[in-house]
Amino acid sequence: MNPTNYLVLASVLFTLGAMTVLLRRNAVIAFMGVELMLNASNLALVHLSRHHGDLQGQVLAFFVMVVAAAEVVVGLAIIVAIFKTRRSASVDDADLLKG
Amino acid sequence: MSAALDAAVLAPAVVMSLTESGRTTTGEAVLFWVIAPITVVAAFGLLFARKAVHAALSVVLVMISLAFLYVAQDAVFLGVVQVVVYTGAVMMLFLFVLMLVGVDASDSLVETIRGQRWIGWLAGIGLGVVLVSVVGRATWATPVGLAEANADSNPVGVARLVFGQHVFAFEVVGALLVTAALGALVLTHAERLTPRRGQRERAVARVRAGGPLTPLPAPGVYARSNAMDVPALGPDGRPLEQSVSRVLRVRGQAADSPGTLVPTTRPDGTVTLAPAGSAGDAGRRREVEARPDPTVGRDAAEAGSDAASDAASDAAAEGVRP
Repeated sequence: MNPTNYLVLASVLFTLGAMTVLLRRNAVIAFMGVELMLNASNLALVHLSRHHGDLQGQVLAFFVMVVAAAEVVVGLAIIVAIFKTRRSASVDDADLLKG
Repeated sequence: MSAALDAAVLAPAVVMSLTESGRTTTGEAVLFWVIAPITVVAAFGLLFARKAVHAALSVVLVMISLAFLYVAQDAVFLGVVQVVVYTGAVMMLFLFVLMLVGVDASDSLVETIRGQRWIGWLAGIGLGVVLVSVVGRATWATPVGLAEANADSNPVGVARLVFGQHVFAFEVVGALLVTAALGALVLTHAERLTPRRGQRERAVARVRAGGPLTPLPAPGVYARSNAMDVPALGPDGRPLEQSVSRVLRVRGQAADSPGTLVPTTRPDGTVTLAPAGSAGDAGRRREVEARPDPTVGRDAAEAGSDAASDAASDAAAEGVRP
């Protein structure tokens, strides 16, 4: 098997994550799309780490995971805070800045 | 000793996962072609799932599959971290938030931006085509493989880099995690705007309101019969209207206290309590009138029984009747 297939898989996953962000209105599901994109980039990093025989890619993927964990904590807290005040988890309802 | 043990345990998974020509082994190819379709189908599940919980579970499936692929690509440490951090912590956090927000919070179909759905589909498909074609058409050098870098096992190799070259980034990331935890605490903390109303405050408010403090008398006490619609008699012999359910009174179904005793002055001058003669007959007459007419049919009978059960449940549920 050509090892490049891993990169194709990562591209497909990234695309699906991006489409989830673009098309879904539920804030939690859109956020899961962001997580899917991060995972796809991690797959690409891990694969290219092996491709180049260098562990730097894996270290970078590790940092991506840690930062993603912190981002999830804050993002979900924001979603819960908005849900508490507006009783809605839809991204369309948080439109107070709309002119 | 432990490093040698780790190397001995992890080495078989690490050695020679790429052949000389830079292609993967057959075992890895089989694993990839089993895992990759599952991953893509699960990612489509995230995109199309109606229920948010199903979307979250398909993302869990994607992440576990990716952990398999990491281990297959000699990234053993990242494979374990993927399971522990992503599927174990992050996705469970997502599920908790879904539980808080409501699992059936479905998508609204109202387009706030005109044509956003079509633009989203177009942009997504375009991005996919561009990425896949670029990756597919690029010319790649022969893969090196991690056999050399993972000579002391993969976790040791990663640890040398994380705690050596990237130690400052590692510290900063630790500070970032603490900050994120604090931020989540601050964001989800809710101030209590009104003072808490406990049992004591509610009791004081009830006394201050001036209503009856004790439970109201039950219907039928000291009266001739203890039916629901018969008012209780007070110490002075008068019917206590509030002992009959409010619903029965509103409907006019309360009997006019057939056993009402009224003070009567006898010819010899003594005052006694005697039943008020005609009141009982009147009550019974009204009772008969309120009964559903059997000739009207089944609907009326049902309505009547419904009304009766309503009245009974209302009387049972109402602790305090106005």
